[in-house]
Formats: sequence, structure tokens, C-alpha cells
Amino acid sequence: MIQAKKIVSMVLMIGMFSGTALSATEIHWWHAFKGRLGTLLAEQVDQFNAAQSDYKVIQNRKGNYSETLNAGIAAFRAKKHPHILMVFEVGTATMMAAKGAIKPMYEVMSEAGAKFDPDGFIGPVKGYYTTTTGEMLSMPYNSSTPVLWVNRDAFKKAGLNPDMDLSTWQKVGAALDKLKSSGNKCPLTTAWQSWVHLENLSAYHNVAFATKENGFAGMDTELVFNSPVQIKHIQAMGNWAKEGKFIYAGRRNEGGKAFRAGECALYTESSAGYAGIKKNAKFDFEIRHLPYWEGVKGAPQNTIIGGSSLWVLSGHSTKEYSGVAAFLSFLSSPVIQAAWHQNTGYLPVTLVASQKTKKSGFYDSNPGTDIAGIQMTRKTPTSVSKGLRLGSFDQIRGMIDEELESVWSGKKTAKSALNNAVKRGNVLLRRFESSNR
Amino acid sequence: MEKRVYFKGWFLPALLITPQLLITAIFFFYPAGTAIWWSLFNPDPFGLSTKFVGFANFDFLFSDPYYKESFYTTAIFSSLVTLFSMGIALYLAVLADRLIKGAGIYQTLLIWPYAVAPAIAGILWMFLFDTRTGLISWYLGLLGYDWNHLLNHNEAMGLVVAVSTWSRVSYNFLFFLAGLQAIPSTIIEAAAIDGARFWRRFWTIVFPLLSPTTFFLVVMNVVYAFFDTFGVIHTITKGGPGQSTTILVYKVYSDGFVGLDLGSSAAQSVILLIIVGFLTILQFKFVEKRVHY
Repeated sequence: MIQAKKIVSMVLMIGMFSGTALSATEIHWWHAFKGRLGTLLAEQVDQFNAAQSDYKVIQNRKGNYSETLNAGIAAFRAKKHPHILMVFEVGTATMMAAKGAIKPMYEVMSEAGAKFDPDGFIGPVKGYYTTTTGEMLSMPYNSSTPVLWVNRDAFKKAGLNPDMDLSTWQKVGAALDKLKSSGNKCPLTTAWQSWVHLENLSAYHNVAFATKENGFAGMDTELVFNSPVQIKHIQAMGNWAKEGKFIYAGRRNEGGKAFRAGECALYTESSAGYAGIKKNAKFDFEIRHLPYWEGVKGAPQNTIIGGSSLWVLSGHSTKEYSGVAAFLSFLSSPVIQAAWHQNTGYLPVTLVASQKTKKSGFYDSNPGTDIAGIQMTRKTPTSVSKGLRLGSFDQIRGMIDEELESVWSGKKTAKSALNNAVKRGNVLLRRFESSNR
Repeated sequence: MEKRVYFKGWFLPALLITPQLLITAIFFFYPAGTAIWWSLFNPDPFGLSTKFVGFANFDFLFSDPYYKESFYTTAIFSSLVTLFSMGIALYLAVLADRLIKGAGIYQTLLIWPYAVAPAIAGILWMFLFDTRTGLISWYLGLLGYDWNHLLNHNEAMGLVVAVSTWSRVSYNFLFFLAGLQAIPSTIIEAAAIDGARFWRRFWTIVFPLLSPTTFFLVVMNVVYAFFDTFGVIHTITKGGPGQSTTILVYKVYSDGFVGLDLGSSAAQSVILLIIVGFLTILQFKFVEKRVHY
């Protein structure tokens, strides 16, 4: 008997102790980052957990962007979903359409009484995740925009002045001629061809990618990226590919390997390539503005973002949502944001973080890291340059990739490839519209 | 004279086959049934609104020229993989069967690639054929040949066929070797005494006697090429360039998991289910008649 009592009281005591240890509410966050970005993300979480004891954020990587979104969706169907899900910008329309699955961020923040100012975010980033009626639905996490990376040593080797003007594609074309004729094996390569050379190209030249304000104004949007500006650009790229001046390396950012190894002279890639290039490049590199076509009215406008935002999923308790709100306000705080921007090359998504970075002298000691921010904010976004909001967009990008590959291999002209991509993509947009009506 | 063991009553036989039936029901019929059910709906990814659309998913698929193209791609791909992996395996097995010294080592070494998962095989081959850093593509470049499976359709198809074949040869080798060793040596010796040379003996005696194995392997290899090669394609071409290596099962994945179009993906799975069922019936019904057992 006595023994039994002892055991019971011990069990109770253990229960009490572990009770205090576990009293912190767990907040689960699923994300897609590994490597250096994953480490930086984990540091943010540790910092938050160390700073308070009410909540404990637990982060988990679920694969790449597409896989993370899938994991979140599958978990939601099984009612085992996390509180916070990282979704890449391409999945934004999918998340916005899933009204019962998400808890809009403005709602999470106001219910928890957390400090939150949507106007603190820079315009183009805020616009991407905000409804037409001005409600911010998700929290911008990492946002970047494409820039032109230059291998200055390769330019010198080809007898070119590395300080030459590369602001327009006409001038880049001339540089490519010279690089090629001097024996360079990879004058130009790219990452994310659809994002850089169609989506951003369209916004940058102020031409529509899709009707209805690129999908912002309604799900009955149709693709229109087969206008003369886009055809001209893709045809020029196709010709460069045929002449061995543009080297196609793959659908994602495979080109980065060749650029970091010093093989390629020019590389169009996200500003977030900074961490990797700075770490690995054993040559003199420089960041330039993305080139535009001289003679197109309104160009250069502004480029648009890529990256991800954090979505809060529905079906959790009020207490847990308070924790989510606390964590999200922590993430959007100036110190965290400024550090994130400086470490990764992602944009400073809040105005304060941007000013803080400028004041600290970071841009002076790391020239070119402010290019992406300037490129996005120097003009007020127009109805066709604020971003894209298209359903099934990951799959549409796949179709665009396929059609672009047929241009690079010389099988199709830019015109027929883009016409075909538009036709194929529109079928998916109609299907998305009908399944979300 | 046929010997048959049979049970009296129904309880014991029912009990004995229950586990098998349960496993089949839970792991085969239930998922397949779910796929058939879903193929009639157009659900949103989160399962919030599910709308009955009848056969609209199938209509949508068959009006899609890229889906038809995928059939053609799958046919070419699986024929090539089956032909090469079985041809090479048979050749190696015949050689291994004649070995006297070191047969064990030779056979063991040949089985190794089977232990490599398809996705890993894909990555291993990328060390050789990556367009920029691959060893073989580098040497081809020195010879003046520009290897680029990212843009060249035939090279892409050739590469995925080669990798899939490579990782399948061991499996076929094992079965062929066992088949060869099961052929009574007396028959072959009798033929040799009659003056038949090696290749004549092979084509008139060994190959026909091997046909049960060959037939079994054809079925297994077609099924392998249809489904298990996903890892190879995912790591090497991702279905590209264009859709030149998008076989049916890869399209199920890309529509369902990348495109989040579960209705279409389910409809495609149902079509795959029908194709595989049909292939198996066809082979058992018609090919079996010409097979010596």
C-alpha cells in the first residue's frame, strides 16, 4: 500500500514538473528552407523561444516549396495541420481561394491585439498578399526580385570594360557578341526563366501578363503574355541560344552552379542568390539592375517579387493564435527584418528595416545589395506591375518552361511557343475557376 | 493423375485466406476505389468544396493533346527499357552460365546495381551526363559533340532509358540465370552430340525452354517501366525537355502534386489502372498460348 502511494505521488510530481515545462503552447511552423537559409530561420525561432516562455515555436522543413504546400494541404485534409505554413508566391491564389482553410493574417493580429501595421511593409510586397479591398491575408516572409549578376573578370578577359553600361538588352546583346567572339563558353545564363524573362519582363515593361490586373481583380482572368514585347524578348533570347550566347541550364536555378564556378559572364537570378554567390564566387562580381528593352514605352517600370509568405491555417485555438500573432510580430520587427535582408539578399520587406540597413552603412560596404530594393520601389506599381495572382500557377509555369525550351532548342519561334503557352495555360485557369467557384 | 488437397467445410479455408484478403482490400481495393471515386469530382486542393462532374475529368484529359502524347512517350519508353534490359540481361546470363571459374563473384557483382534505388541511380548518372559538370558530357565536348539533354529530346529519352535499363538489368539477369540453370543439361548434351553448335542449341532449345521466364519478365519489366522509373525521370529530366519524357505516371504526379488538380490526377490513375489490367490480361491470354511451361 505504502509503496503504491509513493508511486502515485511520484507520478503526480512528475506530472506537475513536466506540466510546468510543457505549459508553453506549441506553435508549429512548416517551411521549405534548408542550408544557410534553414539555419538562419532556425536562429529566428530560437531567438523567439528564448525571449519568452508562453509559446514555443517548432519549425519543420517539409521539402521544397511545392512539397511544403502539398504537405500542408494533405495535413489539412487529415486535420493535423500546422499553425503556420510557408507558401511560395506562386501558390498565393490557391491559398486565397481556400477561404475555409486559412485564417487571414489581419484577423489573427487584431483578435490577439498584436501590434501590426500593414502600411509598414513596402508597397509591392504588401500588394502581393493583400486583397483588392485592402486586407492583408498573409505575412510576407522572404521576398526577392531578379537582378543581373555580372562576372567582372570574364568581361576583362573578353576585352570588355566591366564598368560598361548594361542597363538595356540592346547593350547586353552587344556585350554578348563580344564575349562570344572572344571565346567565352557561357556568355549568359539564367535561373527561373518564366519568372525572370516573362513575368518580370512583363511588369518591367508595363505590359499585362494576364487580364483582370494580372488576376488581382478576378478569377476570370486570361493569360496575355503573347504580346509583341514578350515575343520580341523571347525571340532575342532564342536567337542568342542558337548562337551559343545564352546557355540554358535548367528550369530552376541550375545555372547558378556554372555562374558561381566562374564559367558564365552574365546571370539573371534573384537578388537572394547573394548568399551563395558571395560565399562561392572566386571572382570579382557585381549586381546590376535587370536590363530592359530601350524604346518600349514606360520601361523600366518596376520588377515584381518572388519568394514566400506565411499563411495561418484555420482550426486552432484562440490561445494558439495569440502565440502565432506574437511570433509574426516578432518576425516583422525591424531588427529581425534588417538582419534577414543583410544575411540573405532578400528584400527588406518593411520600410523601417530598409532605413535601418541604410543607416548602418551596410549598402556602402556591400555595394549592389540595395539594387533590388531600388528596382522594385522606384516607381509606383501600375495595375499590371504589382504582381500576379493566378490559379494553378505552378503548373502553368511548367507549361511555360516546356514552351520556352522549344524556343531555346530552335524547334519553335517565340511567337508560336508563347501563343501555345497562353492557350494551354488558359485551359488550366478555367479549370481552377470552376473548381473554386 | 492430378493430386489435390482439399479442405472439408468452409471455416478453415476462410480463416486462412482472410489475412490475404484483408491486405488486398486495405492496401489495393480501398485506394483504387478512392481514386475511382475522386475521378468523378473536381475538388479544390483543401477538400473544402467537392463538386460532382461525372466524366468531365476524362473528357478534359482526352481533349488534351499532351495527354495523348504522353501515351506515345510511355509506349516508346517502356518498349525500349524492356527490350534493352532483357536483351542485355539474357546475354550476360548466358555468358555467366558458361563460366567455370569465378562464377560466384561475377554473378554477385552483376547484381549490385539492383540495390541502387532509381532516384539514386538518376543522381549517379548525372555525375556522368550533367550538361555542364558531367564527366562523359565533358569528354564528348572535347570531341566536339555538344551533349545537352536539357534541350535535345532524343538525348533526354536515351538517357532516361539508359538509366532505367541499367538499374533493371540485374533483376532480369538473376531470373534468366536461374532459368538457364534449370534447363536439364542432358537435353543440351544430346543436342551437342547431334552436332548442334552453341547458337543453334541456344535458339532451338534454350530460348524456347526459357520462355516462361522471358514471359514473366516481360510483364514485370513493362510494369517496372510504367511505374518504378518515376525516380529516374524526376531526378534527370523532370519530364522535359518540353514533355518528351513525361510518361503517364509522371503526369499523374505533376498534375496532382504540383498542379494540385486532384480530379484530373485521379482520373489519370484510373486510366493507368485500366491500362495495366488490360496489358496483363492480354499477355496472359494471348502470349501464354505460345509459351512452353
